[in-house]
Amino acid sequence: MKGYAPILLAVALLATVPLISSSNVVLNFLVMALLIALAGQGWNLLGGYGGQYSFGHAAFFGTGAYVTAIIQMRYGVNAWLGFVVGIAAGALVGAVIGALSFRSGLKGSYFALVTLAFAEVLRIVASVTPITGAGVGTLIKLDLRPEAFQFQSRAPFYWIVLGMVGISLILARMIERSRFGAYLVAVRENEDAAKALGVDATKVKLVAMTISAALTAAAGGFYAQYYLFIDAGIAYGPWISIEALLAPIIGGIGTVFGPLLGALVVKTLGEVAKLVTGGAPGLDLVIYGGVLILVVAFAPQGIAGIFNGLHRRIFRRTQPAEPDRG
Amino acid sequence: MLVSVAAPEGEPMSRQSLSVNRRRFLQSTALGAAAAAGVLQAPSVLRAQGAAVKVGILHPVSGALSYSGQQGRIGATLAIEEINASGGIKALRGAKLEAVLGDAQSTPEGGNAEVEKMNGAGVAAIVGGYASGICLAASQTAARYDLPYIVDVGVVDSIVSRGLKNTFRFGPGFGVIAKTAIDNLVTINDQANKTAKTVMIVHEDSAFGAGLAKLLNTQLPERGFQVLETIPHPTPTRDFNNVVLKIKAQNPDLVIPANYYNEYVLLARTMQQQKVRPKGIYSVLGGAASSYKFVKEFPEAAQFIMDCNHWFDPKNAKALELKKKIEAKGEFYTYEVYMNYSCVLLLADALERAASADRDKIIAALESSTFTGHVMPYGPTKFVNGQNQGAAPVNTQVVGNDIQVIFPAAFASAKPVFPMPPA
Amino acid sequence: MLSPVILVPAVLNGLMTGAIYALIALGLTLIYGVLHIINFAHGALLTAAMFAAFFTFHWFGIDPYIAAIGLTPIFFCLGYVLQRFIIGPAAHGEDRNILLVTLGLAVVIENALLYGFRADTRTINLPYAFNVVEIGSAFLAVPRVIAFGVVIVVALALWLIMRWTDTGKAIRAVAQEKLGAELSGIDVAHIYAVTFGLGTACLAIAACLLIPTYYVNPSAGNAFVLIAFTIVVLGGMGSVTGALLGGLFVGVVESLSGLYLGESLGQIGIFVMFILVLLFRPNGLFGEHA
Repeated sequence: MKGYAPILLAVALLATVPLISSSNVVLNFLVMALLIALAGQGWNLLGGYGGQYSFGHAAFFGTGAYVTAIIQMRYGVNAWLGFVVGIAAGALVGAVIGALSFRSGLKGSYFALVTLAFAEVLRIVASVTPITGAGVGTLIKLDLRPEAFQFQSRAPFYWIVLGMVGISLILARMIERSRFGAYLVAVRENEDAAKALGVDATKVKLVAMTISAALTAAAGGFYAQYYLFIDAGIAYGPWISIEALLAPIIGGIGTVFGPLLGALVVKTLGEVAKLVTGGAPGLDLVIYGGVLILVVAFAPQGIAGIFNGLHRRIFRRTQPAEPDRG
Repeated sequence: MLVSVAAPEGEPMSRQSLSVNRRRFLQSTALGAAAAAGVLQAPSVLRAQGAAVKVGILHPVSGALSYSGQQGRIGATLAIEEINASGGIKALRGAKLEAVLGDAQSTPEGGNAEVEKMNGAGVAAIVGGYASGICLAASQTAARYDLPYIVDVGVVDSIVSRGLKNTFRFGPGFGVIAKTAIDNLVTINDQANKTAKTVMIVHEDSAFGAGLAKLLNTQLPERGFQVLETIPHPTPTRDFNNVVLKIKAQNPDLVIPANYYNEYVLLARTMQQQKVRPKGIYSVLGGAASSYKFVKEFPEAAQFIMDCNHWFDPKNAKALELKKKIEAKGEFYTYEVYMNYSCVLLLADALERAASADRDKIIAALESSTFTGHVMPYGPTKFVNGQNQGAAPVNTQVVGNDIQVIFPAAFASAKPVFPMPPA
Repeated sequence: MLSPVILVPAVLNGLMTGAIYALIALGLTLIYGVLHIINFAHGALLTAAMFAAFFTFHWFGIDPYIAAIGLTPIFFCLGYVLQRFIIGPAAHGEDRNILLVTLGLAVVIENALLYGFRADTRTINLPYAFNVVEIGSAFLAVPRVIAFGVVIVVALALWLIMRWTDTGKAIRAVAQEKLGAELSGIDVAHIYAVTFGLGTACLAIAACLLIPTYYVNPSAGNAFVLIAFTIVVLGGMGSVTGALLGGLFVGVVESLSGLYLGESLGQIGIFVMFILVLLFRPNGLFGEHA
């Protein structure tokens, strides 16, 4: 899958969904899946391409969500502007956490755990400070006008999040093809070697983290506008940290389409599990977890890995083994 | 990746029979309901003779709130069974109610997704939500489709102050609960020669606890109480020893807890262990303070605890009958059960009066409702801006093995024991 | 709040709570130190163990402290089987996959418990659960004092196992240098499984110690996981002493910051400390390798 053509094709295809189906159930499902795909692409830039696994992407998601909401509700700023400020705030948080962590030389599991800790700190703070409404949460006033970034119909929301996912895909492709991307992958594969070659590893990781945070923050801001209610657990809770890493890993880590594929698959899996188990509480999630294990067991490179494998088999090319991504 | 999934029982799309199979099909998923939505028009279509009226029953039956969600579901489905058994909705030629069950998975997105599915399945109305966050999101989504939404429990005031025509709350909100709690506390205290002056509040730190604590903090001093300290804690909290230490050190006359079941149990047990015995424990919306489960499992720790909470009308025959039914099933008679039960009965009454399953007519019927067939001590319903005016909490106290109502006098079955006798 | 009347009991409470945290972290640190995996399933396994302890009392009337004798080997076997036949094979040796497999396992276990036992909170009522030991102004609950003692004993036992037994030495060898260990004839897959089993066995004991004063429901174990991770890092991944001391330390920090900052904000104390340690002393306060 090279070039921008597949991206444009995919986005164009997905864009037609509201025109084909008038079902809000489908649209709602897809909006949520695309939102996760967006957050996941953010994670993917840092974790997939950069090799730095974060367990605390909720920190950026929540910042995007809260800033968007608070700026509107407390300071009367326009919703769109608030959204942009939210993204900037998320990026800033990413830069700060990144600076602190990378300058201390944290890698691997230590990095993962420190991001987790930061997200938790933010969650706790958000649950007690008055500005976020503390425990009560923040409610965005229902105001179904485009100027307020709210819409009567689900379709505009859908196209907006699709557009953002499209941008994230293009961004990923651009990075793949750029020198920056090459540095990033070099750092992932062998940081010491990369440094020996003159790559400023800390700076590269920091830039990746900032962009990563911005994307996930955008997902957060969008969530706030879509559901109109957030609290500390929703904004900064582990659920989004997990979803943001699950999607790219399942879909194909370090690939452009990985997060999108992964998000769609994971969400669909959840729905299918519910379908199969009827109303019994918990059973659908048992199946969901079981399938997850099976996918990992039999398709460790993710969905994209399956495609690549098939591709190779169909064209009977012999290729060198994939570098160990562990 | 979006592959359409066949209906589980292999029901072909064209045969829209009204059997149980269709219910399972419809209550299942996005994909199934999506396909169905393409076929079904507005819900008022296909009103064949006695055609079933679908009612969305939404609760968090999995996730952190699963116990409450499951209790709520039990109450709601029991009500539907009873209504169907006694002839369904007579104004609609005996149409039966058909439950479309939804699991909100203890998150607002989960609730939201279920509302979409229920709408796609053509429900006439939705009952439930339980948690404030879920109710807020779900009722808002329902508002897009003018789908009537009856909130079962969710207490935050913002639920009914958004100007949403479709949202109705049968039970009381924070504002009323806090005011009633304080009014009744003052009365109980006066009756005991104003023996309590100092107070400590222990509350959980999310919407419910924090909101309540804020109100209490403003209103208690105005009524002559001194709040020594307000202690928030997260849900879950693993250990209350420090909290109890602080209570012990400051020795308030009254402890006011506002938290969920698990934390309340830990708090009460820790207080018992540390031999902390204030003059009274006056819980507001306590998770366990008026729970039969708590009384059964921890009789000593539960003694004389007062609560200001949702409670059924102890003088109502239907309420007591329901209690027997629930206990016969081996379940506890908790507020989620009878509040959901009442909400479904309320909806059925609205359907009767509207003589239609049309959403707008149901909303109109609810707006003008004066329903008395519920089991709560509220009097006839009267909705203003979606809030039932007569809704109010009631004061209870654990005495012996039972929970008695001590206030208001009209529903009381015992006198308050205050201050608590020494251990 | 500075009065010793409150401070001393708070510290003692912190030590006792910390002991339980330490035991849970012990399991995690072994698993991390040897298998180098972040075991997402730790919380769910703890929950499963707590249910086991609950039902052992509820159905057979066996006191949890006695039940621990039986449950520990059972959970050891469970952990062994999980690692040997599910996690190990499914992960193909890649760290990222192990992460996902343990995550999937966590979801399966927690929801199977939800499906099987419903969401109600269960508690047991032991006759001596409310007895207290009085030390000065502090009333220490008897079960918690017992727990403290047991944890010290278990930590000691584990330390001895690591130091003096062949299995222990093999475990340490695999942790330090997997390839070398393999080449010298150690069955790595077996050692991995044994380690995981030991970690799960620790959870079984912790569950039996918790159940007299705590409650169990399908998500009860999750409350302890984040803290356990913190302790593992603090104490140095793979270090038994580190986990014990780290656990006690964290317990006291949590208790004191709860006292000064309130229970909600107080939780921050642990994480801030965690972040500071990671930024400035990533090998942990007791920087040791297993």
